[in-house]
Amino acid sequence: MEQILTLLQSAVVFGTVIMFGCVGETISEKGGNLNLGVPGIMYLGGIASLAGAYGYENGVSNPNGIVALIIAFICAFAASVLGGLIYSFLTITLRANQNVTGLTLTIFGSGVANFFGGSLNKMAGGVGQISVPVTSGMYRTGIPGISGIGFMVYVSIAVAIAAHIFLSRTRKGLNLRAVGENPATADAAGINITRYKYFATCIGAGISGMGGLYYVMDYIKGTWANDGSIENLGWLAVALVIFTMWKPVNAIWGAYVFGVLYWLYYYVPGLGRSSQELFKMIPYVVTIIVLVVVSLRKKKENQAPQSLGLPYFREQR
Amino acid sequence: MSNIKVVKEPLIRFTKRTDISRTKTILIRAAAVVLSLIVAAIVIVCVTGLNPLEVYVSMFEGAFSSTRRIWITFRDTMVLLCIAIALAPAFKMKFWNIGAEGQMLVGGIVTAGIMIYFGNSLPMPVLMPLMLISSLVVGALWGLLPAVFKAYWNTNETLFTLMMNYVAIQLTSFFVAQWENPFGSNTVGIINANTQGGWFPAIFGQTYVLNVIIVVLIMIGMYIYLGNTKQGYEVAVVGESENTARYAGINVKWVVIRTMLISGALCGLAGFIGVAGVDHTISTGTAGGRGFTAIIVAWMSKFNTYTMFIVSFFLVFLDQGAKEIASSFNLNEYASEVVTGIILFFLLGCEFFINYKVILRNKSKEEA
Repeated sequence: MEQILTLLQSAVVFGTVIMFGCVGETISEKGGNLNLGVPGIMYLGGIASLAGAYGYENGVSNPNGIVALIIAFICAFAASVLGGLIYSFLTITLRANQNVTGLTLTIFGSGVANFFGGSLNKMAGGVGQISVPVTSGMYRTGIPGISGIGFMVYVSIAVAIAAHIFLSRTRKGLNLRAVGENPATADAAGINITRYKYFATCIGAGISGMGGLYYVMDYIKGTWANDGSIENLGWLAVALVIFTMWKPVNAIWGAYVFGVLYWLYYYVPGLGRSSQELFKMIPYVVTIIVLVVVSLRKKKENQAPQSLGLPYFREQR
Repeated sequence: MSNIKVVKEPLIRFTKRTDISRTKTILIRAAAVVLSLIVAAIVIVCVTGLNPLEVYVSMFEGAFSSTRRIWITFRDTMVLLCIAIALAPAFKMKFWNIGAEGQMLVGGIVTAGIMIYFGNSLPMPVLMPLMLISSLVVGALWGLLPAVFKAYWNTNETLFTLMMNYVAIQLTSFFVAQWENPFGSNTVGIINANTQGGWFPAIFGQTYVLNVIIVVLIMIGMYIYLGNTKQGYEVAVVGESENTARYAGINVKWVVIRTMLISGALCGLAGFIGVAGVDHTISTGTAGGRGFTAIIVAWMSKFNTYTMFIVSFFLVFLDQGAKEIASSFNLNEYASEVVTGIILFFLLGCEFFINYKVILRNKSKEEA
């Protein structure tokens, strides 16, 4: 029983990182932009929050928790939106290929993050020496009574629900979906395609970046490691978008399912090291199965947005 | 002259270019590279306070200052180029094969397996073709799965191949744990370090000549395949418009599957070169993100395999150079990813100015 509880707890913590990434990416994809730069954006969000918090905690003699919290949040959000803006400018205004631009953004984001992460570590006096106890402590405060889970977990659920309401119940959300399904029709209906795509991608990037913030501040407790785990989590977030069939509300349980699947190997008795590696394959295999089943069933409401990955140029037919 | 109020024309508007001269294309690209180097230089100054010119010179030295370094630059170029060539037919068909990383890894796993189990018992003339063919087959099979689903059920291939990468990565970790040597190190170590069984033989006294020969042959072969054969033409037609292809009597499903078999097989071959010809070991880093970088190479080169050589050479040069700055200026080597990212952004952005003409409001008035 105790084991199941700890498994669930680590699944929730793990799931929260990818839930942010997934919800942000869903909003972007609903506008027709397949942003493969999610790992890069999460990197940017993570390092910006850490750099901001580090600067603040070392700059003032008596750092205030709330201020630190806000600074880390603003830094992470701004950096992620900036990443989204680069992507939007290239793909929407300059009509560059989305896949290639996204992958480039991932290379760029991981480069920037690990470059500054390495420098911060050096400034702090060695690998893993960096710490932002005040900020990280703030992010790890939970709701009384439930231990071991920071408040960002609840924020992520709220964001997922908000995204769901936005996409299914508001005029702007419906317009955005129209843009993602068929931009030419949406354009004819008087929707400003460029503006919608820009906002969706940038705000989506901002939300994805929260995954990086949560990872740095809570998951690894306010430090930095150049081990590429953010990148893996970023790709899992992309996988989760498929798994949830482009519905943010599904991410709430989907993310935890991924978390359970990811950590399961740790709790299954009698596994050798090599079979553990096979166990870690499960989330990806499950995603492939979902992808295949969705395409076999051909139910309209479960498909990817129709113009996903395609640029829109009004004069082009 | 007239007093009729007309609707104002937008300040800038874009029209699609119908044709553009080759020199102009090259000039636009060159301008993009120069601009990106300037931006990267500004970043370098702002962040590190180093003289960017010195940094660039040091990068150049890192890639070319000794024969050994030049060979390493070429060796890495060849692997990247091989993957990029492998992706070219798939991308030309607008099939987004993001799975090169995984296809390369499975090719590498098979190669490493054969080296471990047969490397010291089979003679070279049997061993090499065996590794070659099995890596081709396994890579092709890894590419076949998403292709079949795409062809018959229109399953999104970008996401499918992306997920297949991680399946392959975990599979690699599994085999690394199986074959680890020495026990507990969690690495496979250099396979057949003493006997060099299954290693690429040195030609003309140089270790990496065989790598270059194989990849150059593929480069020429793929150029001819895409440009001068019926199959290559079919790939182009399917890429331009599936409907047109269908009306012309092309079996679209078969073309998709066949092209992905080729693409996957060549990625598997890259795994063979990477394991038998370069690393002599297998790890999850055998592909090392090159499956993704190659996508950018293939796309930027517009599927021209000779251009791919230049682009991959350039990227490897950046990477080697950045390692050099990392050690000589005491920075960390992720600087290369930053610089590469900036340059790629500019190159991607400049495509727009090649495909579209920018017309300013005033200018168009003069014309009118």
